[in-house]
Amino acid sequence: MRDVAIVAFAQSDCVRDAGARNEVELIMPVLQEVYKQTGINSAQDVDFTCSGSCDYQQGAAFAFVAGVDALGAVPPIKESHVEMDAAWALYESWLKIQMGQAESALIYGFGKSSPGELPIVLSQQLDPYYLAPLWVDTIAFAAMQARVMLEQGLITEAEMAEVVARSRKNAANNPHAQLKGDVSVDELLAEPEYESPLRRHDCCPISDGACAMIICTVEKAKEWGKPYAVIKGIDHRIETHHIGSRDLTQSISTKQAAEAAGVAQGPVDIAELYAPFSHQEIILRRALNLSDDTKVNPSGGVLAGNVMMASGLSRIGEVAMRLINGEGKRGVAHATSGPCLQQNLVTVLEAQ
Amino acid sequence: MAQLAAVVGVGQTKYKTKRGDVSIAGLVREAAQNALNDAQLTWDDIDAVILGKAPDMFEGVIMPELYLTDALGCNGKPMLRVHTAGSVGGSTAIVAASYVQSGVFKRILTVSFEKQSESNAMWALSNPQPFSPHLNAGAGGYFAPIIREYMRRSNAPYDAGIKVAVKDRLHGAKNPLAHLQLPEITMKEVEDSPMLWEPLRFLEACPSSDGACAMVIANEDLAEQSPGKPAWIRGAAMRSEPTMYAGREQVNPQAGRDCAKDVYKQAGIDNPRKDLDCAEVYVPFSWYEPMWLENLGFAEDGKGWELTMSGATSLLEGGDIPWNCSGGVLSSNPIGASGMIRFAEAAQQVRGEAGDHQVDGAKTALGHAYGGGAQFYSMWVVSSEKH
Repeated sequence: MRDVAIVAFAQSDCVRDAGARNEVELIMPVLQEVYKQTGINSAQDVDFTCSGSCDYQQGAAFAFVAGVDALGAVPPIKESHVEMDAAWALYESWLKIQMGQAESALIYGFGKSSPGELPIVLSQQLDPYYLAPLWVDTIAFAAMQARVMLEQGLITEAEMAEVVARSRKNAANNPHAQLKGDVSVDELLAEPEYESPLRRHDCCPISDGACAMIICTVEKAKEWGKPYAVIKGIDHRIETHHIGSRDLTQSISTKQAAEAAGVAQGPVDIAELYAPFSHQEIILRRALNLSDDTKVNPSGGVLAGNVMMASGLSRIGEVAMRLINGEGKRGVAHATSGPCLQQNLVTVLEAQ
Repeated sequence: MAQLAAVVGVGQTKYKTKRGDVSIAGLVREAAQNALNDAQLTWDDIDAVILGKAPDMFEGVIMPELYLTDALGCNGKPMLRVHTAGSVGGSTAIVAASYVQSGVFKRILTVSFEKQSESNAMWALSNPQPFSPHLNAGAGGYFAPIIREYMRRSNAPYDAGIKVAVKDRLHGAKNPLAHLQLPEITMKEVEDSPMLWEPLRFLEACPSSDGACAMVIANEDLAEQSPGKPAWIRGAAMRSEPTMYAGREQVNPQAGRDCAKDVYKQAGIDNPRKDLDCAEVYVPFSWYEPMWLENLGFAEDGKGWELTMSGATSLLEGGDIPWNCSGGVLSSNPIGASGMIRFAEAAQQVRGEAGDHQVDGAKTALGHAYGGGAQFYSMWVVSSEKH
């Protein structure tokens, strides 16, 4: 596989409620920002565009169609969309570059969760015959997973609180974060349980926002004369939907994706993990076999702000920008979808 | 450079109003199993699954790929879900092909479906949105004014649409999988059917169907070892433009013309009417045949209806460029799958596997899909010849 360069990344602030701003208004500023970083004018200056979003957040069929209005697609452009986190839109674009059909691509993801009740909305992504009628929401599933881990002695509540404390502390340096600040493990453990054993802070917040990225061949990045990080490996895997058939204490599909992406082929300086619940960060660290030397979620991760459909791409963008800024030489980014980490994407990036 | 890839297996379900005998998982499994059987492969031979469907609201299941992974034998493998409006079946095939053409995967399964009986597509398309004018008309109401403008510009006879409605249903009667089976249909019957959206009558509109379509796409080595005849993917293209902008040409959209030009160039096609043996084109409303004949370069501007009226697009009348020999979208419309059915039927023609609706000796065929406000396009050209 050829190396693919990430030359630009931008994300909006994670906010609980973007108010009257519609999706196009959320997308436009991050598109403008990546055009500026790359030194181009519009989506007309890249070979391919791909986005990720979910109709149910907006409550309308074809919600993504409005997104095309943000692109200036006149004359028409080569464009596609996944009903997934935009990390998978990056994957589709990466394939286009691998096959030589594009030298450059624009990727964006957006989500406005504020109009609905996200955990309840997401309960409708379950098996429609056996699970969805129970209206089990995403938090309840995660709580069951945490309970299994606690009962098997694989984690402690203090370890979960440590994840949260580190997230809030790291997020203090992230201007886009929704939740940040200094909190001690003891303070967190003194909080009441929300959906047992989870406390509110163990669950990611709900955010509105968008992010965008521009990728290209290394040759094109040199032509543009912009600093870049490269994607050395990328892979995604899914596992069974039936929670009762899975070992919830580990993430098999993350391990499989990590192996295919080549995570173990070198030291990992930085990792950004899409862990919407504190205990899931621990599962992911173990699945990726990260050592104590790896700086995990330096942005605060999604516990500090979670734009559904954009957060996965943002993890990749966060690692790329940190590598470009010299914070490390090699990094790993992870994206997830589905209940209890059902589907996972792993990217290995290197500084140049 | 893109690597060669070919369709080595095609599977479809029977299309009908309501498949009450299967769940959504059962529906996609049926198409996928049929494709594997056709390719003489098993689930273990598949490296990844690429799933496509139209809006999740059509069944009320968000991101159904999560739930369908078990039915599609995808556990431990990559699963990607495409959604590009009505063009999605075609777009999904193109994304699926890129898994192989990139050299990253050797052999993949792609599936698309719609189980329209689970809900009401017209309602799902018509819920009001903040800051937008409310359109409570469904797709037919959206396209009818554009068709009227085509009729005004081209001076087409009033019955060109009726002719297409009859022709595609007669084709569909040759295809046992087609939803509508109307071997006795006449021009008069279509003309006498109720007017829905002037000038579109009931029998000039597509049905609502349940159904799924699947294909196995393999790289050059594996395609050559395949027991059946491969359909080589000679070109694939997608284009998008906004729903509305000042000066937008809605009758003959630029995105469709650009997409056709791109795919013809890749496949070495100079004159589509001559160089192609047949085409499967997304015609959900009768008048879109003459309109797309022009948009896709089979006829000069304003002359598409002449081809239709002359019988050039009819298999039964011995036309030189038969369109929608399978019966097309006018005979079966599981929305999310409708584009992939066009792509798969094009492949079946060049594989010589189209049964009673086979075009004799077909070597090269076009598959086409469009969606949104006629703004998203996906097309591929497949051939029995590698180069």
